[in-house]
Amino acid sequence: MSAEPAVQVEGLWTVYDDLVVHRDLDLKVMPGEVVSLVGGSGSGKTTLLRQLLGLERPRRGSIRILGVPLHSCGPDLFERVRKRWGVLFQHGALYSALSVFDNIALPLRELHAFDEDFIRDLVMLKLDAVGIPHRHASTMPADLSGGMIKRIALARALVLDPELVFLDEPTAGLDPDRSEAFVKLIRDLHDKLNFTVVMATHDLDTLVSVSDRVAVLADQKVVAFGHLDEVVRVDHPFIRNFFLGERGLRALSAAPSLQID
Amino acid sequence: MQQTASKPVRDPDVQVTAAGDGAHVIRLSGAWDIRALEARARTLQSALRDAALSAGARWDLSQIERFDHIGAMLVWRVWGRCRPGKLQLKREHEIFFGACEGAARAAASSPKRADPLSLLIALGRGASLVTTHALEMLELFGQLLIDAVAVARQPLLRPWREFSANVYRIGAQALAITALVGFLIGVVLSYLSAEQLRLVGADVFIVNILGIGIIRELGPVVCSILVAGRSGSAITAQLGVMRVTEELDALSVMGISRTMRLILPKVAAIAVALPLLVLWTSGVALVGGAVSASAELGMSFQQFFTGLPAAVPAINLWLGVGKGVVFGVLIALIACHFGLRIEPNTESLAAGTTRSVVTSITAVIVADAILAVVFSDVGWS
Repeated sequence: MSAEPAVQVEGLWTVYDDLVVHRDLDLKVMPGEVVSLVGGSGSGKTTLLRQLLGLERPRRGSIRILGVPLHSCGPDLFERVRKRWGVLFQHGALYSALSVFDNIALPLRELHAFDEDFIRDLVMLKLDAVGIPHRHASTMPADLSGGMIKRIALARALVLDPELVFLDEPTAGLDPDRSEAFVKLIRDLHDKLNFTVVMATHDLDTLVSVSDRVAVLADQKVVAFGHLDEVVRVDHPFIRNFFLGERGLRALSAAPSLQID
Repeated sequence: MQQTASKPVRDPDVQVTAAGDGAHVIRLSGAWDIRALEARARTLQSALRDAALSAGARWDLSQIERFDHIGAMLVWRVWGRCRPGKLQLKREHEIFFGACEGAARAAASSPKRADPLSLLIALGRGASLVTTHALEMLELFGQLLIDAVAVARQPLLRPWREFSANVYRIGAQALAITALVGFLIGVVLSYLSAEQLRLVGADVFIVNILGIGIIRELGPVVCSILVAGRSGSAITAQLGVMRVTEELDALSVMGISRTMRLILPKVAAIAVALPLLVLWTSGVALVGGAVSASAELGMSFQQFFTGLPAAVPAINLWLGVGKGVVFGVLIALIACHFGLRIEPNTESLAAGTTRSVVTSITAVIVADAILAVVFSDVGWS
């Protein structure tokens, strides 16, 4: 199957006033892959992610998501492609005025295609998928712990069975135990449903345990893109500091396939 | 799910064919995922229901090209939430029904029955809520008095900068809007009174009507309502957002008293700024009244303003200023009280701000009525 890329970015420039964030940046993510975007603070990871979501417009360059050119496709096509992706925001972004159930049901209700009974079944199915007991369905987001908010936000992101999932710092603010469980959940769901994942992270453990490929953002572009063992061999100051520092080596030692000299 | 545009995928379809032995084969084909089902979920659901009624049904799902949880759930519900005896299914689609089986039947939430005493219960709840609000506001007021004593003891260490910022925001920045409203009310009131007074030839009494009416009542009340809408809502929203962003907790952790640092400056600032605004509004309203009176009755400005001291004893001015102080403290207390009660979600923020403004405007008018009765013997010439 000669599939087209799930995400294709070509010649992307982002400029704020005098500050150039991205200079002629290219990125290509194939279907079914898990790609991590890493980079220091201010390297434009979050900006790139927001541009992929259509929340911001790059100064120049093209972005194609699932084959659709995001900034020149017209509102109807954009709405359609928007339904084919799911997003997990850094802090969950659950609607605080809605209960857990209503949060997950919202994208389904917006389709106006299913009756309430059907929606209830699907929401419960998604709650099961992320391991949230049904009794929490009527809880308000303010009464939930950080780990549960992340899981519920993931359930909401996955409720329309998206082909492409964007994760912004999926493990930020979780304790090591929770973040490991959450990463495992993402991995399991990915193995089952085979969606494409693009995630921005700077948590090394997450990076090592989930990603198929890693894109390193530095110097306003992607300086390295490939499997983890290829990336760590690239000679670049950021990569040396990030992966081959003390923390980096400890995390990398957990990766089975990796040999570092 | 991934064979996106490589080949066209057929629309979802249900076909029932009779097999040789009197049984029926129900064959599903095409795309059974959210993108295809979005527009046709209801028709397909009824088609499936009809098909499921046929005798000795055998289900053939092996022709389905794209499948997902939503499609699986649609079929699963037609099956009555259990696998049919005879089923053909692609191996990679097995997982979707696995999830449906795992999702044990969601407990149907039983609709609540109406309680015959619900009206009484709601009434009791309302009464107890009002009592709680009143008690908490009293507590806040008491705390502010304690803080005020602390300020009096060590005046130099206190948040004067916040105080002056609040006076500027609540007082100085409200000058234009209060002037506009005051002027127009003066014009309208004067015009209406002039029409009536001319009928009985009592033109000179326009000074009395406007003087007493504006200085005693309209000035303080109109000005307070404007400030309640303008600054009361701002205070509630500010405190509410500080709750949402945990800034209030951060203050507590640093050992900084929130009443001293946040609330006392606001209450004190309104108590100072509102009386001044009341004087300003009343003054501008009187000018508006004089303009209208000269146009309607031909009364000169000089005649109007020299007649004023005789018609309106000075005590009325102090009554207006005093009302300004009382209303100001009321508005600030109510705004702060509702601001502190806001819970960290957007709904509560909206409801709290609305409630704060409505309560403070009501409180101002109730207090005005009480003061009118208390001071009914004071200030007549």
